[in-house]
Amino acid sequence: MKAPLLSVKDLRVEFITRRGPLTALDGISFDLAPGEILGVVGESGAGKSLTGLAIIGLLDPPGRIAGGEIRLNGERIDNLAPEAMRKIRGRRIGMIFQDPLTSLNPLLRIGDQLVETILTHTSLTPKAARARAISLLTEVGIPAPEKRIDGYPHEFSGGMRQRVVIALALCAEPALVIADEPTTALDVSVQAQIIAVLKRLAREHHAAVILITHDMGVIAETADRVAVMYAGRIAEIGRVEEVVRDPLHPYAKGLMAAIPTLEGRAARLAQIPGAMPRLSAIPPGCAFNPRCPNVFDRCRIERPPPLPIGTRRAACWLYDRGEVTPPARETVS
Amino acid sequence: MSEISVELPKSEPASRSFLGRLKDSDLLASFLSSKVTVVAGALTLIFFLAAVFAPLIAPTNPFDPASNFLIDSLNPPRFVTGGDARFLLGTDDQGRDLWSAILYGLRVSLLIGVFGVLLGGAIGITLGLIAGYAGGRIDSIIMRIADVQLTFPAILIALLVDGVVQALLKGQNREQTAFGILVISIGLSFWVQYARTVRGSTLVEKNRDYVQAARLIGLSPARILMRHILPNVMGPVLVIATINLALAIITEATLSFLGVGLPPTQPSLGTLIRIGQNFLFSGEWWIVTFPSITLAALVLAVNLLGDWLRDALNPRLK
Amino acid sequence: MIAFIIRRLFASIGVLIAVGLIAFLLFRYVGDPVNQMVGIETPESERVALRQQLGLNDPAIVQALRFLGHAARLDFGISYQFKQPVSELIGARMPATLELAFVASILSLLAGIPMGVYTALHRKSALAKLFEALSLVGISLPTFLIGILLIYLFAVTLGWLPSFGRGDVVHIGSWWTTGLLTASGLKSIIMPAITLALFQMTLIMRLVRAEMLEVLRADYIRFARARGLSERKVHFRHALKNTLVPVITVVGLQLGSIVAFSIITETVFSWPGMGQLFLQSVQNVDIPIMAAYLLFIAFLFVVINLVVDLLYAAVDPRLRVAIHGA
Repeated sequence: MKAPLLSVKDLRVEFITRRGPLTALDGISFDLAPGEILGVVGESGAGKSLTGLAIIGLLDPPGRIAGGEIRLNGERIDNLAPEAMRKIRGRRIGMIFQDPLTSLNPLLRIGDQLVETILTHTSLTPKAARARAISLLTEVGIPAPEKRIDGYPHEFSGGMRQRVVIALALCAEPALVIADEPTTALDVSVQAQIIAVLKRLAREHHAAVILITHDMGVIAETADRVAVMYAGRIAEIGRVEEVVRDPLHPYAKGLMAAIPTLEGRAARLAQIPGAMPRLSAIPPGCAFNPRCPNVFDRCRIERPPPLPIGTRRAACWLYDRGEVTPPARETVS
Repeated sequence: MSEISVELPKSEPASRSFLGRLKDSDLLASFLSSKVTVVAGALTLIFFLAAVFAPLIAPTNPFDPASNFLIDSLNPPRFVTGGDARFLLGTDDQGRDLWSAILYGLRVSLLIGVFGVLLGGAIGITLGLIAGYAGGRIDSIIMRIADVQLTFPAILIALLVDGVVQALLKGQNREQTAFGILVISIGLSFWVQYARTVRGSTLVEKNRDYVQAARLIGLSPARILMRHILPNVMGPVLVIATINLALAIITEATLSFLGVGLPPTQPSLGTLIRIGQNFLFSGEWWIVTFPSITLAALVLAVNLLGDWLRDALNPRLK
Repeated sequence: MIAFIIRRLFASIGVLIAVGLIAFLLFRYVGDPVNQMVGIETPESERVALRQQLGLNDPAIVQALRFLGHAARLDFGISYQFKQPVSELIGARMPATLELAFVASILSLLAGIPMGVYTALHRKSALAKLFEALSLVGISLPTFLIGILLIYLFAVTLGWLPSFGRGDVVHIGSWWTTGLLTASGLKSIIMPAITLALFQMTLIMRLVRAEMLEVLRADYIRFARARGLSERKVHFRHALKNTLVPVITVVGLQLGSIVAFSIITETVFSWPGMGQLFLQSVQNVDIPIMAAYLLFIAFLFVVINLVVDLLYAAVDPRLRVAIHGA
């Protein structure tokens, strides 16, 4: 493997509350190669967005990074001074948020928002910046960009706005783009278009992408690798084809079973009984143990580390060699 | 005057009582965690106790002309050279003991404030419940009136009501009517906020399952409003009432200061300040200073309590 | 756009008519206009004649329309206590009040907005805490106490500033008088203006602070940060502009209420304005002046509302389109 673009090791994020710290992310570790697309899936509250925000250094207080490290091209970025981190945001790491309707400042023309971003990160003249803004809008597929550049956000549809947001995130050619549920707020009909734009631009601009979504379908089509998150931890991470075809972690199995198939029949995620625990009530041992169909004593006491299985890693005691053999696959299918 | 909008988190199960929510919000813990709030609470308590027990604490009765002698007028406070040992804070131009007058004035100010807030609350809550529950034309009439009134500052409404009621009661003895006039003026000036808040909550609550269920089993609207909806809007109402108490005290003091409130024969804090202001230039500073400090401390303490209560019941604002 | 303005105008006229009817009810039914206008010894026959002459025997609706018609031509009748036309009395005192309100408005905006922005951006700093403590005191201290305190400090103790009146005034045109062009006039307006401004300044500061904190949590602020914009740009280009849009409405109305609040300030500083006149009319149950003043304040609010709407449309592109579309 090439030297990783991004390397996250044992990342731990806490929220300071009156009753003491709450651990929201625990032991998150993964590497991302240049140009790679990593999908991050999980239910709401699993910590997907927090992971993205922690990497780009935009955790809102009282949230804070309490442990571990984040390296970009080998250089630590989790402990940078605010001003140094700001210079990385936008230029080396771009981010796209869920709701294009609220991501753009309603009072400023989209051109102004593009130009201000370009001017922040490059030494272009305002005129050249505007030209670049127009070419970016063309790239993301905004028709008649010379005209639309002077429009206000409310004059664009949701899908068009998300294209503008993608253009904004790519202004300074970042090597990494974090896309946090970029299509969730959009019409189903435009979701595929936006994903296609994102994928094409990432390839053309050689940007790696962390694609956060709860839609396994999107991941299956777009991502190279996928990380399945549960209760602030990574349950399983590996190549998409493998994880989708043959998930190892019992939670991932449940999740994959919920992907709509070509026949249009999707089993509900609800086939895993129970709900994800609240941050304040994560059980000891494996966080999934109260819902796990394969639970045994060890899961209730000891927390499973990410165990390497082939090219994958799964945090599940079922795969602790020498203890238990993996169960037959029929158990879920 | 100031516009406060208060909302409670709506995610709470509707069946939980207001008290249950109070406990849940760690009210006591948050109260004790802020020193300022504890001091404000203690101060408010002292003011209320002083007001209630004024007749027992005060050396003289300032309302009783027989116990005041003009020969004692304009005595400086006891701790100033030339002060008279009988008068802790000095005397006013009528020879009244200022300490006693302040205690009685505090009593009057608080009484009017509390009654004014109660009247305003009663009007506002009733109209808000009716508007929210009935909807339609009744709702739009009530809320339109509220909107128009809200464009006028409360002090102006209070002055107008004061003038009108005075005109209607023409020939009556001012000393007997002043108290009632002030309560009515304040009540009619401060009902809008309750009405708006209660209406908003009622609109939300009335579509809840438990209200629909109550309707289905045939409970009367009045009963549904009182038993089911009212308890759920008490939190915001309490916050508004606390902040309005401060406003009501200010309004009463202002009206009395302007000379359309309580007459000099039964002074409130505002009246005392009005009297004292005349002696500002002639050197009798104590007549205006002590009532002013009392009034300012009282309003500040109540405001601090109100601010804390709003924050404690409304985590979103923290 | 024009349709929008016309619609707002009609709504405004509706409010004015409603307030006008209240003023009429006051005028007609609170106290007896005839009793107020004649002496006690006036014979009954004369009273009856006057009653007829004033049209008090006409149906109420006719009287109400007549009252509104007169009011529209700024004819509010004769003051009971001064025996002069109300419009003349109010007109003579209007410049003093408007000038005071204007200076106070400017003061409260110039101080309130920066203080609000500062306290929102530097929530933990000592200066922000000081501002917030001051704002609580500002809200808690009744206006008249602030006035008295200022008088005690700067007039009684230091002797720097006059404690009452407007100083020398200069006539501009046939009607307007101004104290802003003379040294004594400028000196005189300082304390009343500060007194009047303090409460509004406190409110504006708190409002700007709350609104800005809300805006700073918005997605587009987070996105602006994610794009690597400097804090300065995020705060002053993105957050401040969005903060001020909703603030315009409230601030507009607050400034309108400054005129009404000046009743208190004018009393403390014996400022010869409309507020004092109104207070005297309340004390003496001089209904024509009360009615006229009420209508004046309503008119002022209606005008301010219209201006605020237009300003809003000028600032917020979303509304511009909504208005065009309407």
